Amino acid sequence: MILELPGKNILEVRALHKTFGGVVAIGHVTFDVEEGQIVGVIGPNGAGKTTLFNLITGFLPPYQGDIFFKGKSLRGKMAHSIASLGIARTFQNLQVFTNMSVVENVMTARHLQSRAGIFGTAFRMPYSRREEKHILEAAMANLDRVGLRDEAFAPPLSLPYGKQKLVEIARALATEPTLLLIDEPAGGLATHEIEQLARLISEIRGGGITCLLVEHRMELVMGIADRVIVLNFGMKIAEGSTEEIQSNEKVIAAYLGEKF
Amino acid sequence: MPRRKNIAWYAGCGLLLCAVALMPLVAKSPYYITVGNFIGIYGIVAIGLALLLGYAGQVSMAQAAFFGIGAYTSAILTTLTEMNPWLALVAGAMIAAGTAGILGVPLLKLEGHVLAVATMALSIVIYTLFVEWAHLTGGYDGIGGIPGLSLFGFQLKSDLHYYYLIWACVVAVFVLSHNIVHSRVGRALRSIHRFSGGSEMAAQSVGISPAKYKVQVFMISAFYASIAGSLYAHWIAFINPEPFGVFISILMLIMITIGGMGSLWGAMVGSAVIVLSGEFFRDIVPKVLPGAAGEMEHIAYGMILVLILLFMPAGLVSAPDALKRWRARISQKSDWRE
Repeated sequence: MILELPGKNILEVRALHKTFGGVVAIGHVTFDVEEGQIVGVIGPNGAGKTTLFNLITGFLPPYQGDIFFKGKSLRGKMAHSIASLGIARTFQNLQVFTNMSVVENVMTARHLQSRAGIFGTAFRMPYSRREEKHILEAAMANLDRVGLRDEAFAPPLSLPYGKQKLVEIARALATEPTLLLIDEPAGGLATHEIEQLARLISEIRGGGITCLLVEHRMELVMGIADRVIVLNFGMKIAEGSTEEIQSNEKVIAAYLGEKF
Repeated sequence: MPRRKNIAWYAGCGLLLCAVALMPLVAKSPYYITVGNFIGIYGIVAIGLALLLGYAGQVSMAQAAFFGIGAYTSAILTTLTEMNPWLALVAGAMIAAGTAGILGVPLLKLEGHVLAVATMALSIVIYTLFVEWAHLTGGYDGIGGIPGLSLFGFQLKSDLHYYYLIWACVVAVFVLSHNIVHSRVGRALRSIHRFSGGSEMAAQSVGISPAKYKVQVFMISAFYASIAGSLYAHWIAFINPEPFGVFISILMLIMITIGGMGSLWGAMVGSAVIVLSGEFFRDIVPKVLPGAAGEMEHIAYGMILVLILLFMPAGLVSAPDALKRWRARISQKSDWRE
């Protein structure tokens, strides 16, 4: 595993605070993510987990507090710039591009690794054509990583829900991130599929990518996470190893208030 | 899908090119050449709109403005100064693209109906400029005596000369646009087209700036429309504000809707259908209803649009698919009865 900052924090969230009207969506949340780890973010429905992701990735400005990625502040940065810094994500409500094939979805994500613009593509300049070949190769390689090579040319909507989620993961990986935010990848998956997903995420981490994982399915989170952060009503109520979290009274109480 | 071109596709294109090139020789009258010129000129504008609306999903009624900017820039520069018409054409295209680039930044922050109305306002403003800036544009009287274009010393004079120039431009614009669409840029455009299956959020998450691409494609569509306008000005040799009103923008939208929105072929098909049906209507209606006057071809446009939206909403280019599905449904029905 090749780390950029061994032992250091790749992500530091400091007193992050976001309200919608009078409602506190994220209440003064502070935590660190060490590079090379898989960190789980759990909490009852409505706890603010996806809001947290949206804040980190720049989709919900403005906010109070600060977010540091590799030591640099993300405040005020637009979502696509944050992506170019090396943070990739998947979406809880699936935002696959349904107007193109699976492989084209992943090829689109090679945008940052390529540069041919209107002129280069219009006139099919040699550098543009070479780039296009590389883009296709990289996209197929990322589809291989998630096991979707055979479905490369299919329209995404023809795939089962679980595989569409894998398309999103392949797409996120194609941006060559150092931090990957995965939002509820196990939703609607069967047990054996969750085992495959756990292996996949561990492999991703093995490749040097830090993973922040929002998930409801405890088998997945408790199985692979190095650390777990628990949110409830927008506040961090607990943080620790999977054993510590599982025996934490506040966590149990928060979940007892919700049937899952 | 990554394009796997085959012989059939190239052969088909080759045949079409031959048909276009040979049409004037088999045409029964010079009238067909004139019609062909209009189809070509409007087709260039429609291709730009197909990129903007069909691929990137931005509703724009500003095409008339850019079409007009090209025409008037060419006309003014070649009549008031003695500028080389080709330079004037490039100047017009730069002005149009520049306007699109500057105004596009605030305009394209809007969406849907609001964007449509805002771009319509742009067309109205530019039209008003053409009318009111009379010392430059001649107002309602327009500008006459626009010099023709010349190519490598050969002076283009007749409709036929302009036919080949216009269609050469159509082919060039089509090929360039086709290349753009089947590339990294094309994927970026599709990724932000939220009504056809794209997602601006997901596009941003992979590093694509929707704002940047919207403005770029807006500029391309302005560039194309301006070139078409310049060609029109030099061919007809006379322009006034009338052909550059908001209605042209609406006509362009109708063209790509009829032809098929997310398709460059659709833009050309739409242009041909609109121009031909307009001519046909203008021809037969006075014979059926003697004394009928006014712009009755608008009735034709409206009827065709409604029919397409009812029976083939994806446009005429989807006809092969629609036919396949219809035949599948028919054979299913008969299987069921057995």
